[in-house]
Amino acid sequence: MTSQLFLQYLFAGITYGIIYAIVAIGFNIIYNTTGIINFAQGEFVMLGGMIAISLHAILPLPLAIGLAVISTMLIGALIEILFIRWLRSPSVLRMIIITIGLSILIREAALHIWGENVRSLPYFNGNEISSIQLLGANISPQVLWVIGICSIMVMLLSLFFKFTSLGQEMRACAANRLAATLCGISTKNMVTFSFMLSAGIGALAGCVVSPITYTQYDSGTALAIKGFTVAVLGGLGNSLAAVLAGILLGVIESFSISVVPLAFQDAISIGILLIILFVRPHGLFGSREAAGLKEF
Amino acid sequence: MKRFFLSTVTLLALWAMVLVGLPAAAQAKTIKVGAILAETGGASFLGGPEARTIRMLVEKINAAGGVNGDTIELIIKDSASTPEKAISFAKQLIEEEKVLAIVGPSTSGETMSIKQICEDGKTILLSCAAAEVIVNPVGRYVFKTPQKDSDAVKKIYMAMQKMGVAKIAVLSDNTGFGKAGKEQLEAIAPEFAIQIVANEVYDKGATDLSAVVTKIRADKNVQAVVNWSIVPAQAIVAKNIRQAGWDVPIFQSHGFGNIKYVEAAGIAAEGIIFPAGRLLVADTLSADHPQKSVLVQYRDEYEAKFQEPASTFGGHGYDAIMILVNAMKAAGSNDSEKVRDAIENMKGFVGTGGVFNFSATDHNGLDIDSFAMLTVKDGKFVLYNK
Repeated sequence: MTSQLFLQYLFAGITYGIIYAIVAIGFNIIYNTTGIINFAQGEFVMLGGMIAISLHAILPLPLAIGLAVISTMLIGALIEILFIRWLRSPSVLRMIIITIGLSILIREAALHIWGENVRSLPYFNGNEISSIQLLGANISPQVLWVIGICSIMVMLLSLFFKFTSLGQEMRACAANRLAATLCGISTKNMVTFSFMLSAGIGALAGCVVSPITYTQYDSGTALAIKGFTVAVLGGLGNSLAAVLAGILLGVIESFSISVVPLAFQDAISIGILLIILFVRPHGLFGSREAAGLKEF
Repeated sequence: MKRFFLSTVTLLALWAMVLVGLPAAAQAKTIKVGAILAETGGASFLGGPEARTIRMLVEKINAAGGVNGDTIELIIKDSASTPEKAISFAKQLIEEEKVLAIVGPSTSGETMSIKQICEDGKTILLSCAAAEVIVNPVGRYVFKTPQKDSDAVKKIYMAMQKMGVAKIAVLSDNTGFGKAGKEQLEAIAPEFAIQIVANEVYDKGATDLSAVVTKIRADKNVQAVVNWSIVPAQAIVAKNIRQAGWDVPIFQSHGFGNIKYVEAAGIAAEGIIFPAGRLLVADTLSADHPQKSVLVQYRDEYEAKFQEPASTFGGHGYDAIMILVNAMKAAGSNDSEKVRDAIENMKGFVGTGGVFNFSATDHNGLDIDSFAMLTVKDGKFVLYNK
């Protein structure tokens, strides 16, 4: 393999990985506050993309994306208030079923609103064929956008969870709901916040990946499966770990293509997920003790 | 008081039943026609336009008095692009609804899974899917309206020969359409002295394919790429090839015949060469072309009603329902066996896919001339003249 070819595979892998990672981050936020997995996360990604595409018809791109993120956050809050808030200490299983139900509901609603057509936002820079030459290999400028936004997201999130009181309160809810309530934290509001935050992050992810992957009413599911894989691989709840795991998985998938047929790509990534679940169920970068304290 | 209330309600209910029941009894006979189409799911690009077209046409036919004095009752089932649902709907339509014929399904995989069910149920099936296996071997009750994929492959290879291309890479999606096309590409290549040096299958839900593009590009012998697919991911292939700075000629299948795919690929779609029916270039046909008036009329009606560009897939739906209606008229009866015979004996029917000439051995009725080679120029489909 020449060095140029090596780099090209590497870039392809990073492209895959960063798309998985940016979706995985949304999973982690709700997990961090509630200890559950929101299986409707993929639908937030799709909604963000779709709303931005619709708004882009009348508004400039940055404004359309901003409004799409805000409206998806409101939808996220609404969903939490309508379907989850009034539940008294719901079991993990119940929450899983509720969020899966919600994902189907949102998908069908999107089908009725936007139809079955595939759409996409325009490339933020350049167009469908423009690429940047890096050391003799080509990479789409949109991938750089995804990498940039993903890194900023991870940085801001870790600052938010470490240093702001809201972030600390959200983490307290995940650590021990009862204790958090005793300290005067409104756990219900924190859960609503976490749904808003993850909906917003999902929507932003949906906007930046839309030019690369396209957006269709059911595109959220496929993205969510890979995002979930990566979130588990890295260790649930840790956004930086999700990024590292995402890039790792993407690069493995990409290089695997150079030796085996493309058709095996998903078999390889799911195989890796299974091995991780058997060998290190707390994820590559997670800690065993912390995972042991969680319900799920 | 309570008793009075109850009896009033009962009385009202009875009255309502009579009201509803009467006009139904007085109405003319209806003939049931089923349709199993992928309105949602991975093949919704096909099933959506097909379902809209068929609804539009049946409405029009019924408004004009129906066929042989009967109005058509159209029962459309959404298969969501899954063979499992197609199977259960086919059984339901045949056994419970006792339909005259089933239009669809949209994809080859679904059609193959219900072919035998229709044969056993002696129900006419007019498939909107392309794979040749649907009508080869011929099933007594099974017909299809899209052109043969072997003819599409031959058209592509002819164009390649003219360009002097001998070594190609083949990419196909993992749907029934992609699989059937891949087999035809492999089978027919030796006839045209073309060698397939790279052969890869991608997932229908793929989000980025730059790694596989890198892989096929690494083989310096590749002179052209055939991208055989019916799903949106085919636009991603074109994009990734051009992003890699690779200006290889790209050939696609008749599954590319929806302008939405061109919009999705944007500038990367420019110059893609593919075979398709003439619906997409109806305007450029000469006035004496036999299909011209049919194509222009269908396209204009569809676009006026649904505010979206017509596609060849909607055209397959048009052909399926119109062949059925014409056969019913020709048979002068809505008896299933007579209509089946009328389809098999139909000659010179002008549809959107071409001029259909059915026979006992050919349940597709189209020849290679029903395809034209098209290309994309300035975001529009134009005839490819080289």
